[in-house]
Amino acid sequence: MTNVLLVNDLVKHFPAGDGRVVHAVDGVSLELDRGETLSLVGESGCGKSTLGKTIMQLHAPTSGSVMVEGREITRLPKRALRTLRRDLQMVFQDPFASLNPRVTVGRALEEPLIVQNQGARKERRERVAWLLEKVGLPADAAGRHPHEFSGGQRQRIGIARALALNPKVIICDEPVSALDVSVRAQVLNLLADLKEEFGLAYLFISHDLSVVEYVSDRVAVMYLGRIVEVARREDLWARPLHPYTRALLDAAPVADPSRRRARRPRLAGEVPSPTNPPSGCRFRTRCPIAIPRCAEEVPHLTDARDRHMVACHRAFEAGTFEGGALAERALAGAPATPRPGGAVASSPRSIATARL
Amino acid sequence: MLSPTSAAAPAPLLEIRDLHTHFFTPRGVMKAVNGVSLAVRRGEILAVVGESGCGKSVTAMSVLKLIATPPGRIVKGEILFEGRDLVPLTDRAMQEVRGEGIGMIFQEPMTSLNPVLTVGEQIAETLIRHKRLSRREAREKAVDLLDLVGLSDPSRRVGQYPHELSGGMRQRVVIAMAIACDPKLLIADEPTTALDVTVQAQILDLLMEMRDRLGMGLVIITHDLGVVAETADRVAVMYAGRKVEEAGVQELFAQPRHPYTQGLIRATPDGGIAAGPRIAGRRPPRLTEIPGMVPPLDRMPDGCAFAPRCPHAIEACRAAVPPLERAGGTHAVACIRSGETFAHKRVPHAVEAHA
Amino acid sequence: MNGILSFARRFARNRAALAGVLVLLFVGAMALSAPFVYPSDPWDMVTMPFVWPGEDAEVWLGSDMMGRDLASGIFHGAKVSLTIGFVATLLATLFGTLVGALAGYYLGLADTLLMRVTELFQTIPQFIFAIVVVAILTPSVTNVTLAIALVSWPSVARLVRGEVLALREREFVQASRSIGMGDLRIIATQILPNALGPIIVMGSLMVATAILTEAGLAFLGLGDPNVMSWGSIIGAGRDALRSAWYITAIPGFAILLTVLALNLVGEGLNDALNPRLKNR
Ligand SMILES: Nc1ncnc2c1ncn2[C@@H]1O[C@H](COP(=O)(O)OP(=O)(O)OP(=O)(O)O)[C@@H](O)[C@H]1O
Ligand SMILES: Nc1ncnc2c1ncn2[C@@H]1O[C@H](COP(=O)(O)OP(=O)(O)OP(=O)(O)O)[C@@H](O)[C@H]1O
Ligand code: SF4
Ligand SMILES: [Mg+2]
Ligand SMILES: [Mg+2]
Repeated sequence: MTNVLLVNDLVKHFPAGDGRVVHAVDGVSLELDRGETLSLVGESGCGKSTLGKTIMQLHAPTSGSVMVEGREITRLPKRALRTLRRDLQMVFQDPFASLNPRVTVGRALEEPLIVQNQGARKERRERVAWLLEKVGLPADAAGRHPHEFSGGQRQRIGIARALALNPKVIICDEPVSALDVSVRAQVLNLLADLKEEFGLAYLFISHDLSVVEYVSDRVAVMYLGRIVEVARREDLWARPLHPYTRALLDAAPVADPSRRRARRPRLAGEVPSPTNPPSGCRFRTRCPIAIPRCAEEVPHLTDARDRHMVACHRAFEAGTFEGGALAERALAGAPATPRPGGAVASSPRSIATARL
Repeated sequence: MLSPTSAAAPAPLLEIRDLHTHFFTPRGVMKAVNGVSLAVRRGEILAVVGESGCGKSVTAMSVLKLIATPPGRIVKGEILFEGRDLVPLTDRAMQEVRGEGIGMIFQEPMTSLNPVLTVGEQIAETLIRHKRLSRREAREKAVDLLDLVGLSDPSRRVGQYPHELSGGMRQRVVIAMAIACDPKLLIADEPTTALDVTVQAQILDLLMEMRDRLGMGLVIITHDLGVVAETADRVAVMYAGRKVEEAGVQELFAQPRHPYTQGLIRATPDGGIAAGPRIAGRRPPRLTEIPGMVPPLDRMPDGCAFAPRCPHAIEACRAAVPPLERAGGTHAVACIRSGETFAHKRVPHAVEAHA
Repeated sequence: MNGILSFARRFARNRAALAGVLVLLFVGAMALSAPFVYPSDPWDMVTMPFVWPGEDAEVWLGSDMMGRDLASGIFHGAKVSLTIGFVATLLATLFGTLVGALAGYYLGLADTLLMRVTELFQTIPQFIFAIVVVAILTPSVTNVTLAIALVSWPSVARLVRGEVLALREREFVQASRSIGMGDLRIIATQILPNALGPIIVMGSLMVATAILTEAGLAFLGLGDPNVMSWGSIIGAGRDALRSAWYITAIPGFAILLTVLALNLVGEGLNDALNPRLKNR
């Protein structure tokens, strides 16, 4: 058994207040190998954080299972869960909100050890000093409060806290999104160093494709509560199979003007509300190549080749994605295949102003 | 101070000369903008990049004279719009410039829309005020504008309230408002920061199309090098209240001259690192770091503000603020060592963090 | 440490709040020194009735219709008013915080239940509710204190619930859960310390309300008949309001001043503890 984390058909629904249900995470399965970085990308509100927090058992899952090192951790009694938490830790998105403003840094790092009854006071202090050194903070940081640190330094503190219990897996929820460009590299390098030194596995949540391309071994693309594609990093960039993945890769700006592309067809519109997700394939309302079947039948994640999984009815049709020709033709207003009535967009006058 | 475009043939649409905007707070004087010169021509896209707090927004707000006074004040400098200095203008005169001369898109789409008015009313209001249109004409024009920015079903959208629209739609409405009076210059302050990548791409395309179609000058403020690379003609890099480098976009990315720009480009994952295949589980190649962080405004070092983080800093750097000097063509840089460090043709490497 | 210092500095910048503190210190000193300055029982008739203030140096604040020394009454009354005010507030705050924290943290059924109860309490006007409780329990210092605490805890509970509700979703609380910290420990060490500011502010205002309520009860004759409070002096002076208004005015002024001082302090605390106003 090589996977440290196995998520199977995990579902998390929230009550939406008006009696409806937010389908934040809707049947997600993932596996994370020892020492691997699996990234989770997707647009705002697609359920990335909810998935991370549900795996962490910070939200009680609606259904499904989460196994860490082969042990099921959902529906465990609190006490049993508490010890299992050691293996699974989290780094949060907001370096300002993730540290208690009233607790010194030393105390914040010691807390996990106290809670888990690890070591005597002196050993714990030593471990705190070691942790600070590992994440590149001065030893005197222990006596100071979070507000005395910059965003990048706080994120280091958050990483040190996640590291304190020697976890196997760290879920990083957008660990660099709130940081300035020049500080981002410091934190990304630190995460890579720690991974190498301790054989950590990361579930790396991000919406920034350039960061994802840099850190990942494999990438899972999420859309409206579901995984639509999982592949090795280089495969995903070389041969994206899902139309959403293609759109995402196309839309992401590349910091290299010599690679500036001709303006290309854009995905129109925005992600629909998760309280009322479209039937069948959830991407069909924006999909340039949708067919009637997409509205009726949920596409399941299927292995296309060599651990490259995709959930799209048309992914296996010959020629569907060659050169993106079909996709582009469809966006330009001439659908290659008849589309279900509701999904037909008025013909866009210009690609740039693809209608919402 | 020298502006790299001052010699260029057509007079710039907007020229900022040595702008200083300071905030007088109980904690001291915050020199948010401390000697910035910029120029934009018709039909040109100038990107202003820099980290959070480096003074990008304050520069933009200074142009429209929207700085809260007190505590803020333009203490020095000229802002020439079509040759006329805006700094001494009265509020009344400025109101004409805003909207008709210069349109602005603010960082937060929601804050620039009034939640209790329909989007149509808001667009119509500017038209009635600036263009003296009748209410009915204004409403018709509002529909046209919403159509122009690519909102579907514009005649229905004019009657909707901002909260009924998604983030991307709101940003389109904000753009429609900004271009309602055919401004000659549009300033977009982080127009896509709050938006998703797919929507960001739509909005950036839209802005570029507006530029092409209406021939406006466009200033895009951002901290995202990707956005810069995809949109800009020319780029100004700001650091701690000053412009440290300016160049054409190709040139800036190919041959960054300021150590900060070099660091920024190399610290960006897709700027320096080839995304080739990698053995699973192996660490990715190191990113080049810029050690340390931006100094706080009230504790700015003497001389070059980047000196504490700069791998090439020498004593002279800390003695005086390096002037912006031309470095060939339209490239200008404020680094006294750029001649030496750049002459090696080898971009200085590995600003490894020691911390 | 640093936090406390900067808090003190921010608080001290507010002149009005500082004045409030001085007034409270003075009233507190009055209460503490009462047994020494006026060792005799304030109920003792020491002089002629209706001596106006300033008329007789022995009873400088004058005497009431029974010839009791008003100054002695004010000093001893300060003790009663402050004690009831602070103890009632303390009780209400402790109980309200407990209820609010549990409701806000656990939500669900516990929350619904607890909030229904607080709503029930809040729909009945506080003062009338207090009258009913004292009338049932028989008037005594303890019962008055309990009654005031009983009517004022729901507002604390609501406040604390709101704070906890906001804080429980904060990432540092989730981080505490992910290291395996137990619920009670999270509430006690992570959440409540961050909610302390608003609770303290509300507490200072509640003391003022409690003093007013006590005075109101005593005025209606529902105070402890064995102790003299500011309210009972007013209540007694009511009959002679036309001829000797000073008997009502002097304790009235004492109440006014104290309540005002508490409000100023409350506002000062609010400004000093409110992070949004920091550095301004
Ligand atoms: N506690 C909650 N109660 C109700 N709805 C929730 C809750 N948490 C999240 N949601 C909803 O679930 C959906 C997914 O949210 P989530 O935060 O997981 O998205 P995300 O992918 O992390 O987005 P972002 O990139 O903006 O962080 C959203 O529609 C959100 O409104
Ligand atoms: N009203 C104000 N009072 C005091 N300082 C201010 C005020 N407004 C802005 N500043 C300071 O001016 C500096 C520049 O701010 P500005 O908003 O221009 O930054 P920015 O480059 O737009 O950053 P961001 O990318 O975060 O938007 C900041 O350090 C800020 O703290
Ligand atoms: S002037 Fe000196 S310190 Fe500043 S960037 Fe150039 S070399 Fe570095
Ligand atoms: Mg999230
Ligand atoms: Mg800004």
